[in-house]
Amino acid sequence: MSTATRETVAGRVGDSAVRPDAALKVRGEFAYSSDLFADDMLWGATLRSPHPHARIRSIDVTAALTLPGVYAALTHADVPGENRYGLDHRDQPVLAEDVVRYQGEPVAVVAADHPETARRALDRIAVDYQVLDPVVDAELAMAEGAPVLHPECPGGNVLRHVRIRRGDPEATAEVVVTGEYRVGMQDQAFLGPESGLAVPAEDGGVDLHVATQWLHVDQSQVAHALGLPPEKVRLTLAGVGGAFGAREDLSMQVHACLLALRTRRPVKMVYGREESFFGHVHRHPALLRYEHGADRHGRLVSVRAEIVLDGGAYASSTPAVVANAATLGIGPYQVPNVRMDCWGVYTNNPPCGAMRGFGAVQACFAYESQMDKLAERLGMDPVELRIRNAMREGSTMPTGQVVDSAAPVAELLRRVRDKPLPPPADPTDPRDLPGGVANTTRGDGVVRGVGYGVGIKNVAFSEGFDDYSTARVRLEVLGGEPVVSVHTAAVEVGQGLVTVQQQIARTELGIARVTVLPADTGVGSAGSSSASRQSYVTGGAVKAACERVRDTLCALAATRLGREVGLVDGKLVTADGAVAASIADVLGDEVIERTVEWRHRPTFPLDPLTGQGNAHTQYAFAAHRAVVDVDVELGLVKVVELACAQDVGRAINPQAVLGQIHGGSAQGLGLAVMEEIQVVDGTVRNPSFTDYLIPTIVDMPPMVVDVLELADPHAPYGLRGVGEPPTISSTPAIVAAIRAATGRALTRVPVRPDDIALAGSASRPVPSRPEVPCD
Amino acid sequence: MRVNVEVNGEQRTEDNVWEGESLLSLLRDRLGLPGAKNACEQGECGSCTVYLDGVPVCACLVAAGQAEGRSVRTVEGLADGDALHPVQQAFVEAGAVQCGFCTPGLLVATHDLLSRVSHPSDGEIREALAGNLCRCTGYEHILDAVRLAATRGGGRRDQEWRSPDRAGRPGAGAPRDTGDPECER
Repeated sequence: MSTATRETVAGRVGDSAVRPDAALKVRGEFAYSSDLFADDMLWGATLRSPHPHARIRSIDVTAALTLPGVYAALTHADVPGENRYGLDHRDQPVLAEDVVRYQGEPVAVVAADHPETARRALDRIAVDYQVLDPVVDAELAMAEGAPVLHPECPGGNVLRHVRIRRGDPEATAEVVVTGEYRVGMQDQAFLGPESGLAVPAEDGGVDLHVATQWLHVDQSQVAHALGLPPEKVRLTLAGVGGAFGAREDLSMQVHACLLALRTRRPVKMVYGREESFFGHVHRHPALLRYEHGADRHGRLVSVRAEIVLDGGAYASSTPAVVANAATLGIGPYQVPNVRMDCWGVYTNNPPCGAMRGFGAVQACFAYESQMDKLAERLGMDPVELRIRNAMREGSTMPTGQVVDSAAPVAELLRRVRDKPLPPPADPTDPRDLPGGVANTTRGDGVVRGVGYGVGIKNVAFSEGFDDYSTARVRLEVLGGEPVVSVHTAAVEVGQGLVTVQQQIARTELGIARVTVLPADTGVGSAGSSSASRQSYVTGGAVKAACERVRDTLCALAATRLGREVGLVDGKLVTADGAVAASIADVLGDEVIERTVEWRHRPTFPLDPLTGQGNAHTQYAFAAHRAVVDVDVELGLVKVVELACAQDVGRAINPQAVLGQIHGGSAQGLGLAVMEEIQVVDGTVRNPSFTDYLIPTIVDMPPMVVDVLELADPHAPYGLRGVGEPPTISSTPAIVAAIRAATGRALTRVPVRPDDIALAGSASRPVPSRPEVPCD
Repeated sequence: MRVNVEVNGEQRTEDNVWEGESLLSLLRDRLGLPGAKNACEQGECGSCTVYLDGVPVCACLVAAGQAEGRSVRTVEGLADGDALHPVQQAFVEAGAVQCGFCTPGLLVATHDLLSRVSHPSDGEIREALAGNLCRCTGYEHILDAVRLAATRGGGRRDQEWRSPDRAGRPGAGAPRDTGDPECER
């Protein structure tokens, strides 16, 4: 019998464990996809359409190939498999054939021995375009007679229409407010540009090292386009510099593989920032029309809504975004009568798809704006109105789905409301004033405003999708100590999933030394690092695989020791609590390895006519209070403070949870006051970080955060997805605060200085409610 | 062209550098130092921040030839062997690293800030790091990291490495200590 004492290992579930990749990252030694090199490597580059809509009469690459240092110049004719890919349906060519449908669509790719040579080769490719009128207005694209952009789409330019009918859709109410809202096109703006390295293999296949969100969905699309069996297209995750949805679709994956297979040399492709704006999908711009009906006490009677999402040139994940906007589109409120119609539409604008919040963001800006409008009409406090209608556990969604775990919407609102308000800004410190050190104001004309927002998000994939993850866990003894390795294809994008996997293995097995192996397609799919799902689904898979390993170890120990034992804190322990053996004693040279495919509870499709169905597996909620100072004459906004309350079920890593809430809130701030891809006639006008602004450390205010841990009994450890909810509610809270300060209607995000300073007669009188003059 | 440059204390010579290449691509693509990152190519994001003769610069905005005969220090040159620099250690502990793409630039910018102002106020931190974009963290844990590094004397290390003359740069000069413990929160 071992005499070792039992002690709990550090870095378990619930601890703020340090990320295993942190030391490499601060040393500058973490290998991001753009850092990769191979001997004899070539550089790939992409020729893109300058037109949002054009017919291609001809493409001539001859002059590019005559440039010294150029090894390949490929067009659609060189795509060996089907020249189509796409997440939902394959409607997008790898390289354009006879038509281009958006500005920036890839037309040809080249490989050369220096990136500048590759760029010059692109200039030598002659493409004869017949420019066509672009379809740039999503509503007009739905109209009869609009040019049809994808003849194979049965709905014309309507990619998907989700209808939800609940109760009496024509119900009348004592008080009715209507509104029309618009959301601009937001970019994920991850810092690490699209990049990767494709290496041709001896077996005729290819090894691709790439930054992505979902290795296996890349693998299947790349293999399809290359005409290769999936096992000949092997993907390994390279370091990912952020994702936020933008890496769910392919970018350079097929292109690099095509060039590598053609040249028989490794090919690296790295987008610059400008190209990155054309290289990935964006958040859908939206037009949202709402009618809220309530009784005189502020109880919601009905919501009628129409949402049009501009999907741009290709489908990407638009169908799923439409379902989210529709099913979550009345917000976290109890409403007996609902009529919701949401459309996703093809246009010649940049393709739109996944971005953090995924359809819930656009709807939340509209329904929360409506709640403020209703509160004002009723003369009610906006938080009180929300609390009166707040959904709770047991409430029914407009889809008929009953919310069957914690839904502390009212509590989240109370928490942010009851936080102390920040002190007035110091008018002598320009850093605290709108406009900052540009010194545009000295505090005169600065008005403070306070606003609130609360949102709802589904966690994981929905509508009957077979949403699973695979984990392989291995236990062995090395150097006399038990060591665990965890192998999944789950993508670490920065969120801390590698840490979570370690923490789960330490918790389940009580072993300190846990290694998370590089993610690759050598193990089964983990699904996407999106939809706030990986801690839940891959976390669930790792937990289940650890349990199998533990069971196997205990059975082995029982055989060897001749009595039943359990695994407690890394020791084999008898029923009376005595340590019977160490893992090393029992295991010796044996290795225990178990692979588990793990699924969350099934979801179901929506009824196509009524939108009824248990489409989602888990809901998540966050609320924000925003405090802003606005220079009402110059239209400049300074967000002074953001308070957030969010239920995370169980904080697997409290520090990482806070990091998600801070970062998500910052992206919502960006959408509220600065971030928009400006698209004019289908053409992007600001594809750079000089012209597309994301929040700096000066723009982002201090945050006060309450994290609730109300366990979801259906989820591993009770956890609830964390990443998306804070992005959803911060935007409407900030805009509500600006409205409170300015009296402007502000029906569009991002709010621009002109909307505040030049809104003219459209403004309402400045209400007396929450504002405090700055000086 | 040939470029001679001292990088992280080591004299390096690189031949056949194209005149259009930046210091950033010289470091990343030729000298095997990919720590400084290329995220915007316009000096907006600060991911490529390195010291050039002791002054933080965006390496994407400096031509490789401009580094001729000069001294460069990158994120790879901050740690002392296996021991992380206190600024690096603070970023690790405070959760200031998520995807980490902005981290190298932020580390150099923080290292520079703390060498000038040993206990910066939050306002000073925000102003000093305003040129470094981070898309993941919302900056809260970055502020925590800078405060933590300051309390550990993160700016007092390796002063000898710094160029003695920093005249002409706004905010530059001899290291100073605001001495205000209130600033540390």
